[in-house]
Amino acid sequence: MVSRFKEALNSGKFVITSEVAPPKGTNLEKMLHHIDLLKDKVDGINVTDHQSSVMRFPSLGGCLAIEERGGEPIMQMTCRDRNRMALEADLLLAYSRGIRNVLCLTGDAVPVGDHKEAKGVFDLDSLQLLRTIRQLTSGQDLGGNSLDGAVEFCAGAIVTPEAQPIEPQLIKFEKKVDGGAEFFQTQAIYDLENFSSFMKYARQFPVKILAGIVLLSSARMAKYMTENVPGIFVPQDLIDELSSIPKEEMLAKGIEIAGRTIAALKKDSLCDGVHIMAIGREEVVPDILVAAGLMKKPVT
Amino acid sequence: MKSITKQKSQDEVKQSLEGLDRVFIIGCGTCTTMTKTGGIDQVVEMKEHLQELGKRVTGWTVIPTACDDMTEVSMKENKQAISNADCILSMSCALGVHRMNLYIDKPIIPALDTLFIAVEDSPGYFREACAQCGQCILGETAGICPITACHKGLVNGPCGGTNNGKCEVDKEKDCAWTLIYNRLKEQGRLDLMRKYQPPRNHHIVPKPRAVRIQ
Repeated sequence: MVSRFKEALNSGKFVITSEVAPPKGTNLEKMLHHIDLLKDKVDGINVTDHQSSVMRFPSLGGCLAIEERGGEPIMQMTCRDRNRMALEADLLLAYSRGIRNVLCLTGDAVPVGDHKEAKGVFDLDSLQLLRTIRQLTSGQDLGGNSLDGAVEFCAGAIVTPEAQPIEPQLIKFEKKVDGGAEFFQTQAIYDLENFSSFMKYARQFPVKILAGIVLLSSARMAKYMTENVPGIFVPQDLIDELSSIPKEEMLAKGIEIAGRTIAALKKDSLCDGVHIMAIGREEVVPDILVAAGLMKKPVT
Repeated sequence: MKSITKQKSQDEVKQSLEGLDRVFIIGCGTCTTMTKTGGIDQVVEMKEHLQELGKRVTGWTVIPTACDDMTEVSMKENKQAISNADCILSMSCALGVHRMNLYIDKPIIPALDTLFIAVEDSPGYFREACAQCGQCILGETAGICPITACHKGLVNGPCGGTNNGKCEVDKEKDCAWTLIYNRLKEQGRLDLMRKYQPPRNHHIVPKPRAVRIQ
């Protein structure tokens, strides 16, 4: 069984991925609802791994649910909570249960989350995790021992095109390409001019780039992100556009902004696809796809 | 090199001394004097505080360097007062506690928490410089240690949490990899940052770590 997501990446189509966040607890209802809503509309669904260092139902569990429901999971895997043995073991389990895509991340720092006294592991980093996957694919674990049954993943990583300074990020990007990353999902991008200069650079490499689209659900949220989230820069004209309308219309405006950004990326073939992050508003992802012209408005 | 300490809360010290009424206090003339956590002034303050709590302080001393062999000499000099005490309250770092432990069977109660080993970059500013990992890569990172200076100890470049040269954990803290990048660039050695650093060996010297020099 090959990765359907990888097939989509290689087909030349404009690829769409989105993501769901597992619950804090065992009530999976909302996550399953989001999975069912998205699974036939996108080429892959990421499941976050204790995002922002907040303990939740695991990414692997969410991915199994997607797999069981006929969707295409992309397992986010951070290096914060597991040492190399635990990461390798979870990769074996994921593969054995039909998961074929992994997004390798370093992981947020422990003190930004809700278990502030926990030990941050970081036995591996995102690059070493990518290489670990390649080693497991070759039939060997990190201890140099042979595996009885190897893995085969479509492995990817992230990049922050709006980081300042940018060059250290680009050096790491190239190390990740060398380390076997096949695709990149970027941090949120809003400034298309900056993104297209990043893409000019990134096109030199044999990897697929999915631009990160984070839904701006309100003017306040846009301001907060640009001020507090590393690597996210929301241009002032977008904040003004949101601020100029009544609060209850802001979400619709955010959907429109996300839609037109995606449409512009696709029209100019700037990148290979998009990764849509609605952050708690997953139910509007289909509306973003409609606004982007990627999907017809469903008849209700 | 300095061993950086902070004083435990008065409540914690009080709890640790429960049932131990006669106390001999030992400070250190080196690191804890420098950090004002266990020098003469702090030892005298502690003595007064313990007396307020109704403890009997049988004596006190500040050993020039509590982690080396002068500790034995100093403890012999104070033999009488120490033998009159139920315990020693240590205001040295934990290295001093270990040293005292070699020479006495009585309980040694630490009044300080030992935080890290630091260098003094500028007067009064102590920065953790070495985690004693056993695989020094300072030659490839422009003399800035990513194991100690990066919150996550990353060896292959910055994480996505860095912003304008600062760390995601604390906007006041510099991103180690931005510092390394700037310095390597100045040195014309940026290629070193492109080098893949494999996973670290966490058992270069298996714990518990010790070495015998012949």
